[in-house]
Amino acid sequence: MSKTTVIVGTGTCGLIAGARGVMDAVREETAKRGLDTNLFGSGCIGMSSHEPIMSVALPGRTRVMYEGVQGEMVADILAHQIDKGTPHPNHVFCQMREHADDVAYEGIPYYDDLPYAKKQVRVVLRNCGHINPEDIDHYTAREGYEAAKKALFMTPEAVINVVKQSGIRGRGGGGFPTGIKWDFCRKVEADQKYFICNADEGDPGAFMDRCVLEGDPHSVLEGMLIGGFAIGATIGYIYVRAEYPLAIQRLNIAISQAREKGFLGKNIFGSGFDFDILIKEGAGAFVCGEETALMASIEGLRGMPRPKPPFPAQKGLWGKPTVINNVETLANLNPIFLNGAEWYAAMGTEKSKGTKVFALTGKIQNTGLVEVPMGITLREIIYDIGGGIPDGKEFKAVQTGGPSGGCLPASFLDTPVDYESLIAAGGMMGSGGMVVMDETTCMIDMARFFLDFSQNESCGKCVPCRIGTKRMLETLEKICNRRGKPGDVEMLIELGTDVCNTSLCGLGQTAPNPVLSTIRHFKHEYDQVIEKKVCQYETCPGYKKPAPAGAAAKTKETAPA
Amino acid sequence: MECGCEIDLSQTELIVAPYRNKPYALIPVLQKVQATYGYLPKEAVSIIARRMNIYESRVYGVATFYAQFRLQPKGENTIKVCVGTACHVKGSGRISEELQKSLGIKPGETTEDRKFSLEHVACVGACGLAPIILVNDDVYGKLAVEDTLAKLEKYK
Repeated sequence: MSKTTVIVGTGTCGLIAGARGVMDAVREETAKRGLDTNLFGSGCIGMSSHEPIMSVALPGRTRVMYEGVQGEMVADILAHQIDKGTPHPNHVFCQMREHADDVAYEGIPYYDDLPYAKKQVRVVLRNCGHINPEDIDHYTAREGYEAAKKALFMTPEAVINVVKQSGIRGRGGGGFPTGIKWDFCRKVEADQKYFICNADEGDPGAFMDRCVLEGDPHSVLEGMLIGGFAIGATIGYIYVRAEYPLAIQRLNIAISQAREKGFLGKNIFGSGFDFDILIKEGAGAFVCGEETALMASIEGLRGMPRPKPPFPAQKGLWGKPTVINNVETLANLNPIFLNGAEWYAAMGTEKSKGTKVFALTGKIQNTGLVEVPMGITLREIIYDIGGGIPDGKEFKAVQTGGPSGGCLPASFLDTPVDYESLIAAGGMMGSGGMVVMDETTCMIDMARFFLDFSQNESCGKCVPCRIGTKRMLETLEKICNRRGKPGDVEMLIELGTDVCNTSLCGLGQTAPNPVLSTIRHFKHEYDQVIEKKVCQYETCPGYKKPAPAGAAAKTKETAPA
Repeated sequence: MECGCEIDLSQTELIVAPYRNKPYALIPVLQKVQATYGYLPKEAVSIIARRMNIYESRVYGVATFYAQFRLQPKGENTIKVCVGTACHVKGSGRISEELQKSLGIKPGETTEDRKFSLEHVACVGACGLAPIILVNDDVYGKLAVEDTLAKLEKYK
């Protein structure tokens, strides 16, 4: 490449941190210098806490990445790297080889050698941060649509076999084997079938799918194309949250570019297969991530789940056989078809194959997205990749699986991350939110936070979820406000177990998990607040800074009502 | 009408025209109507129901089910408090309480002078800057509770 390339991270995380100002400054500065530059915005490379990230690659040299860049720093950074030939020392944090013969700079670590990157394996996020998501040529230059080209000339049965052999399971949280789901739907006779991409990522603290949609939308379209062909669908829908305007915008651009190239539409690649994709914007309802509720929403109804069976693969959208796959699942398909099912199945554990993307947030040094092979331990993710807990604080717990998941204490740090192990430990894979808590975090408040979310989002159709979560939340609030009484914890366990066992859909069946898991691992905190009416954790709503010595003795212990 | 302003209902007619008798398109129609007026005016809802051939009650059923739809106009400035997990862990709850106390409204409500609307939003995707609030398009990250109210001054 003979031009200087400048890449600015323009995912939502980059834009909010000021990436637009950086883009403008680069444009202005390069115009001033009369420098012909290849400037583009890329999706998030995963290091959200380092945004805005700007990379500068001179012809024949490695790509140098700068963190925390603001518009006013751009001129100085470019002057250093272009005129002096050395990266600006203040903001540089790594370099990266985009081509094998790129000449490196001395004394700057390689991206792949950073502790953050070392243990990661990028399959789903292979293109995020490297390509311009608004330019289909960037995607095809990295083997984009090659997998679809291959799959569309196989038989649908052979395509399904590849997916089955890869062992990939649904990444939305349920973990159902994707190939088997496709096979069910393939075998149902119907005049019309639908293929839906579930991009209604709603867990508070999860943003994996958003980064894929913003950073590499074509990989999702390609996955849908392959899936649609395998089951015999001609229409695909992407159900995406309205709260992701940038993702919607980039998907729209991607779809129209794919149509122009003939990758969507009639007789794709001359294979005789027709397929087109439409976007359906959600309207703000977490329960619409549940597949039957999602379909009701596409049909223009209140997004409420219905009992299964019939499964969507038999009777789905408008009563027709339908497959619903998550964004991350679909983004895996291109590499599976190009590298082979065996390559994919070689990663991960016996029952959980491949990689998983997690959104690592909370009290953690490196907030952002990480993609790891299944089977890695929580400790490796939190300490090696995440950089541990900031401010010298102690690790207390990690919540996996968002509002459906559970809180795991330090004694579970060596749990391997796969579907079965996490459930056995009382957590859950979920869609991939991972929230780290330090010693100042009140676990009861954490449980209350997640339950408050689920209770708010309960659609109200079935009684256990509608009323059960409400009663549980009231009890938790009472405990948080120092009005808990003996027996409350036992009641929470009994009611929580009933809600899990009797709710209609996944939302209710998992909503009590944060409460049950915190009781399981941190019961002493509940007991203390109920009996002694004190909580020493700063995030507790009733927390007061410890009074000077002597005052503590005045705290009255109120007898239970 | 709540705001005392005139509503140009011909806009609603234009939006709904391609979807006559197509009830499945209700959500996109409501989204477009809300994008036009900033909320769903009562008069517009009746037109939508009549043209799409569905009961008004069903339109309200859908409009009140989804968090995105508003039946009241919004304030001049919208304050969004991120209550995603990362922000919660870093204290967004206290920031919201401070705002609620000072503005005298709850999340989802608008002040009487229509200056401010307060909203809770799930993760805005800037966890590295938590806790974070947005006032219109302006971002205030790594916000301390005691600095929150000062940020509103320039919008008053």
